[in-house]
Amino acid sequence: MDIQVIIDNLPLYFKGLWTTIILVASSLGIGLCLAIPIALLATAKKKWISFLPKAYIYFFRGTPLLVQMYMIYHGMGQFEIIHDSFLWTIFKEAYACALIAFALNTAGYTGEILRGTIEQTLFGEIEAAKACGMSVPMIYRRIILPSTFRRALPAYGNEVIFMLHGSALAGVITIVDLFGAAKIVNSRSFVPFESFITAGLFYLCLTFLIVWGFKRAEHHFHAYLRPREN
Amino acid sequence: MTASVEALKVESLHKSFGQIAVLKGISFEANEQDVISILGSSGSGKSTLLRCINLLETPTSGKVYVHGELINMRETTSGERRPMDQKQVERIRSKLAMVFQQFNLWAHMTVMQNVIEAPIHVLKLPKQEARERAERLLNRVGMYEHRNYYPAHLSGGQMQRTAIARALAMEPEMLLFDEPTSALDPELVGEVLKVMRSLAEEGRTMLVVTHEMGFAREVSSRVIFLDEGLVMEDGSPDKVFDNPRSDRFRQFLTGTLK
Amino acid sequence: MSDIIAYLPLILKGMLLTVEVALLSLLISVLLGMLGAVAKLSKSRIARTLAGIYTTIIRGIPDLVLMTLIFFGGQILVNNVGEKMGWEYIDVSPFMAGVLTIGFIFGAYMAESFRGGILAVSHGEIEAGYAFGMNPTKVFFRITLPAMVRHALPSFGNNWLVLTKTTALISVIGLQDMVYNASNAGGSTRKPFTFYCVVAFLFLIITGVSDIGLRRLNKRYSVGVRRE
Repeated sequence: MDIQVIIDNLPLYFKGLWTTIILVASSLGIGLCLAIPIALLATAKKKWISFLPKAYIYFFRGTPLLVQMYMIYHGMGQFEIIHDSFLWTIFKEAYACALIAFALNTAGYTGEILRGTIEQTLFGEIEAAKACGMSVPMIYRRIILPSTFRRALPAYGNEVIFMLHGSALAGVITIVDLFGAAKIVNSRSFVPFESFITAGLFYLCLTFLIVWGFKRAEHHFHAYLRPREN
Repeated sequence: MTASVEALKVESLHKSFGQIAVLKGISFEANEQDVISILGSSGSGKSTLLRCINLLETPTSGKVYVHGELINMRETTSGERRPMDQKQVERIRSKLAMVFQQFNLWAHMTVMQNVIEAPIHVLKLPKQEARERAERLLNRVGMYEHRNYYPAHLSGGQMQRTAIARALAMEPEMLLFDEPTSALDPELVGEVLKVMRSLAEEGRTMLVVTHEMGFAREVSSRVIFLDEGLVMEDGSPDKVFDNPRSDRFRQFLTGTLK
Repeated sequence: MSDIIAYLPLILKGMLLTVEVALLSLLISVLLGMLGAVAKLSKSRIARTLAGIYTTIIRGIPDLVLMTLIFFGGQILVNNVGEKMGWEYIDVSPFMAGVLTIGFIFGAYMAESFRGGILAVSHGEIEAGYAFGMNPTKVFFRITLPAMVRHALPSFGNNWLVLTKTTALISVIGLQDMVYNASNAGGSTRKPFTFYCVVAFLFLIITGVSDIGLRRLNKRYSVGVRRE
């Protein structure tokens, strides 16, 4: 083990760590915003409404994130309409492409989590809301969605961890995230164990943080499921 | 002190689920301050009748008037009947509060939050006022001490008393009870019936689908007996219980009606 | 279209490799998963701790990092050991590194599925086995294991679907699977999007076929289960 190489490269790792955090956080944010309408439309009773969101979910959950990312990063240049317009300033950037791919991907997974949870909302609770004279949008806003977000929390915690893992793919397309940093260190000094294990430890810490954060959130939001404290 | 304002009028109400006709032409009126017990064996359509009144089920045909106001219906292109005006349905529902067999409390809200939810968001009551109203009502049903509990932490009787407070918080013109004690353990039935009895005594208009013969006989001002989707008996408890017109009701009382 | 037809054999050859990798990794992951599940449920504290560390590492470190670590690091390790033992030079291929890593990763997830399945087997059935004079090993192989399959099948199926997609990562360390071949085809025809679409479609086919197969399996193992 050559600890010195790691110490020398710590600034690079921290730079990568920051990139990873920002990339994952923004993908999750955008993805969640997309996932809510996708999930709502996917639960529609009318087939022609639910077809497209369901197809979206099926595609993004059924194909590898790597392929999705390549489609955007390598693929978009194929179209002249993109290549010759302002859009190219976005799609020629590895960072923007990774962000788009990750956000679209997590939107698919999160959409499926929310769809399943929405459909499991207890029928009686919805009926009680109707009987009070609530309108359909209000029932969604006040009853279905708050209850859905709470119940979806554990599954969403897993999705956040998978997104963190998936984000290592950014290092494949030249972005210096944690994995990218490890790749650079390895290629400079050929110390695969040191370089990748260090990155692994960083990821491990991030995972622990996420798990801890979701435990806290669950403790707070699942008060209604816990045994009574007295 | 018999007020005779017509609170509810149902005219030849029919309801079918696919091929199965559950209600085959029900007509009755309810005046203000009436406490009507709706009796019947399981499958007689009594819950469906209640759910047709606040449009949780859409009647296949027939008319429902609430305080003289007809609930407008229309037919879709596929021949389905739908309420004409969803806003009207919502307004009427806010005047007819319902208490369910399975309580249907919102699990992610505390007792207090369950009670103030609809007054704030449907009736647009100021928070403070809704809260004061809820405190008063929770006191009344004996749930004030438990106002910060979540439904999962309550017994069935406590949940049902909360659900009653939730219904009362709408200050409804009529209360609909759908077998409110059927899901309760026998020893918890009493506490809920006590609350319902006190509501009847203060002159609330109530429509109660129930199996509790004692309640029907002693508390209600009128009894309606449904059998196979038709009204077989309708009258004061004394009249109906002591001189039933139909054999079906006699069989029902002796427990031989299947 | 003609481009697709020209490169289709190459991509299908890659697909065969993808399926091969997936099946081999599945084999490893099932074996490791069994071991892991038994360790997690065992009375030995050491076994439980080891299994816990295994799961934590897998849950905490991205698959790509593990794969590159095993690919590059494994080569050094094999060289060092080989030198001391006087072996001939052994090349750690992307195929080997990929299969081992994916098998290792999904072994942890399988362990979780199998553990859940074992816990779901009713205690009465196991007790009945003992009551008829079976020893613990016999009870495990004759009663617990067959009964557990039904309970573990849904999450097993889910793991398999995730596993097939994870195989795409091996192209990153140079295995010529369908993603790798599609990249080349896309590069030389200047139609990368088209070829990645083809690959995405082929993945959906693998997923779809697996789905049907899993549903059949599920039906078969649910024989004798009363449906409400």
